[in-house]
Amino acid sequence: MDLATVWFALIVLCWVLFFVLEGFDFGVGMLAPILGRGSGQRGAAVRTIGPVWDGNEVWLVAAIGVTFAAFPDWYAALLSGMYLPFVLILLTLAVRGIALEFRGKKDDGGWRRRCDLALASSSLAAAALFGAVFGAFSAGLPLGTGGEIAATGGALGRSLAGLGSPAALVGAVTGVLLAALLGATYLSLRTTGPVRTRARALAPVLAGLLLVPLGLAVLSGQLPVAGAAAAIGALALIALLARAGREALAFAATALMVAALTVTILVADFPVLLASTLDPAWSVTVSGAAASPMALRTISIAGIVVLPGVIAYQVFAYWVFRKRVASEPVPT
Amino acid sequence: MDTLDLSRLQFAVVTIYHYFFVPMSIALAALTAGLQTAWRRTGKQHYRDLTMLVGKLLMATFAVGIVTGLVQEFQFGLSWSEFARFYGDVFGPTLAIEGMLAFFLEATFLGLWFFGWDRLGPRLHLATIWIVAVGTVISAFVILAANSFMQNPVAYGIDPETGRARLENFGDLLLNPVNLAAFPHTIAGAAMTGGALLLTIGAWRAWRSPGAQAHRDHTSWRLLARLGAWVSLIAGMAVAITGDLLGKVMTQVQPMKMAAAEALYATESGAPFSIFALGGADGGEPFFSLDIPYLLSILATGDPTATVQGIDELQAQYVDLYGPGNYIPWVPVAYWSFRLMIGTGMLVAAIAALVLWRTRKMRPLQGSDRLGRVLLASLPVLPLLPLAANTFGWIFTETARQPWLAFGLFFTRDGVSPGLTEAEVLASLLGFGLLYGILAVIWTRLVLHLARLDLSPDPEAPAAADPDRATSAPSY
Repeated sequence: MDLATVWFALIVLCWVLFFVLEGFDFGVGMLAPILGRGSGQRGAAVRTIGPVWDGNEVWLVAAIGVTFAAFPDWYAALLSGMYLPFVLILLTLAVRGIALEFRGKKDDGGWRRRCDLALASSSLAAAALFGAVFGAFSAGLPLGTGGEIAATGGALGRSLAGLGSPAALVGAVTGVLLAALLGATYLSLRTTGPVRTRARALAPVLAGLLLVPLGLAVLSGQLPVAGAAAAIGALALIALLARAGREALAFAATALMVAALTVTILVADFPVLLASTLDPAWSVTVSGAAASPMALRTISIAGIVVLPGVIAYQVFAYWVFRKRVASEPVPT
Repeated sequence: MDTLDLSRLQFAVVTIYHYFFVPMSIALAALTAGLQTAWRRTGKQHYRDLTMLVGKLLMATFAVGIVTGLVQEFQFGLSWSEFARFYGDVFGPTLAIEGMLAFFLEATFLGLWFFGWDRLGPRLHLATIWIVAVGTVISAFVILAANSFMQNPVAYGIDPETGRARLENFGDLLLNPVNLAAFPHTIAGAAMTGGALLLTIGAWRAWRSPGAQAHRDHTSWRLLARLGAWVSLIAGMAVAITGDLLGKVMTQVQPMKMAAAEALYATESGAPFSIFALGGADGGEPFFSLDIPYLLSILATGDPTATVQGIDELQAQYVDLYGPGNYIPWVPVAYWSFRLMIGTGMLVAAIAALVLWRTRKMRPLQGSDRLGRVLLASLPVLPLLPLAANTFGWIFTETARQPWLAFGLFFTRDGVSPGLTEAEVLASLLGFGLLYGILAVIWTRLVLHLARLDLSPDPEAPAAADPDRATSAPSY
């Protein structure tokens, strides 16, 4: 394997870690108002992600930063081609980060309710948008010669049209449900009392609902039957584990499923990074988009030094906060 | 406005906004670490109370910095894809390393610090906030190297096949002479920003709010005010010294920028420094101007009789070098932003010095005289002054580089994403503008709320009535 392929693999790893880690905190954000009755329970649910969410989100920073460094053309084509969807993602992530970080800074019930509402809606929107964007770009973009989508009369449709495709819609529903499933299994693992019980009960329901987008993906030809069979097996296993109270295994199985799906979407067209629906010759490929050997060597040295350290201290952070979070009694 | 102008406006808006929060985070992280260290060393409760307050200010500020910083990382691909293609090889590694190393350090260890009060040992807990502080400074250094490349391209070659910039030596990229001057200048500006915020909060609570002098927290607030004042004053001196160094480097690598800063059209020996002038920035005769003889030559080169090149001569030189075109930046903006940067910065240092002088030996800030009233009245605008200085500094350094995106290499007009439409940029600009406006209001109200809280629990109040105060850990 050459360095460019190694870096492609590392970018896939960044996306896997981002979707697994940020996926569960999207899910917790969405589910906190549903599973937590009263501010004490809601607070407990949100506290399970409080110390770790920004570390999780940094995997997105890593994925995009490394893409820029290792494959400038991929970075340029993907972001300018999906301009408005990515702007929407940035806006929802901003709302989310602020709601999460600011909810505990004021001791005021109304303030916290507003923050929880903002957190839930932005988490839902972010999961849907990421699902839609990955669905859309796995189907390819109408890229022209310069790696850009041509303007179509100055309208907003240039970069938004992709979000209306069947692939994007299936992606959005899958994104929301998978994040919710990750969130439910994570909450049942990390909380106590009623939040834990409700989260455990919700997980099999969410696994069942995931059959809908799965079926649509098979019908529209986005997913081969073998892949669908594997996914159904995984969902059944998750539902069984959750029902049996094997919380850690249920969470791990969901995480593995998200990881497998992310890898599948990203490597399906390898060595094509971003397919052009107009002409295969205009697709962005690993060899065509790779940075110079010097740039790749530079980030490789940094990566060898830094990445193991990053993973080690993230593991350490999770270890420090391993204790279950109990709901606080509501102050009268 | 066309797509290019809208994209430039959007870049300016989101970058300037992001940069309100960055210098504050850099300063507050170091100040939190310093205060916590002081508390661990001395065991004094004041330091602990202040550590908690400054740490909360840091958390709120850092969160806005993270979400607006994410936009920064994406926008080179969103709106400037041709520039990303041209310069990704050089810029990408700095961004990737900053993201992998520093951003991860800051985000992870800030979470560990904030939530780890009763889960980590005292030494380990203190180490987490120092790691955050060091992380912010590494971030600044690496990312300023990327900007320094745009000011003064180094450590690259041009690929003969693609015509794009190619990284040749990462060490040289980091050690760009512009970065070596811009980095300390930026860090000093950041320290001033954090110092002024603490000075204002401390002084307001110690001397201005009702019943302030008799309050049980009076000593802590006074300490905070004087700490903020010392930081602002020392940072002000450091800003001036490093700014002078940066100006000399810039005169060598971008003489046009420094000529524009002075609105100096004709080349001059023993050139004077213009304190301010009315009219004349567009090349005509000013109808009023206040000059200091020889100072510009000294500032630019260190020699009072040295020749400083004027805009007209440089324009002719650049036409010879780069082909026909207009190489003159927007001179009035360069001239005034340069002066406003220096003026607002000096004002902060002056206010800080006066506060320190008046509050020496436990004296109160106010008095019956006019100066005391003026100082108290200036408090609400004081935190905005360093923000203004930082902003004018960036407006100056970025607009006076135009028409270049990377000086001498790549024009701004060639960098914009070719497929992008006006409607798209307008929509995103509206979205960012609206959200950022709301964020500014929320952040400001939160900081005011944090500043209004008492530092230590009221001894009269029944114990542990408030669950947030009952534990040593901050509530979430």
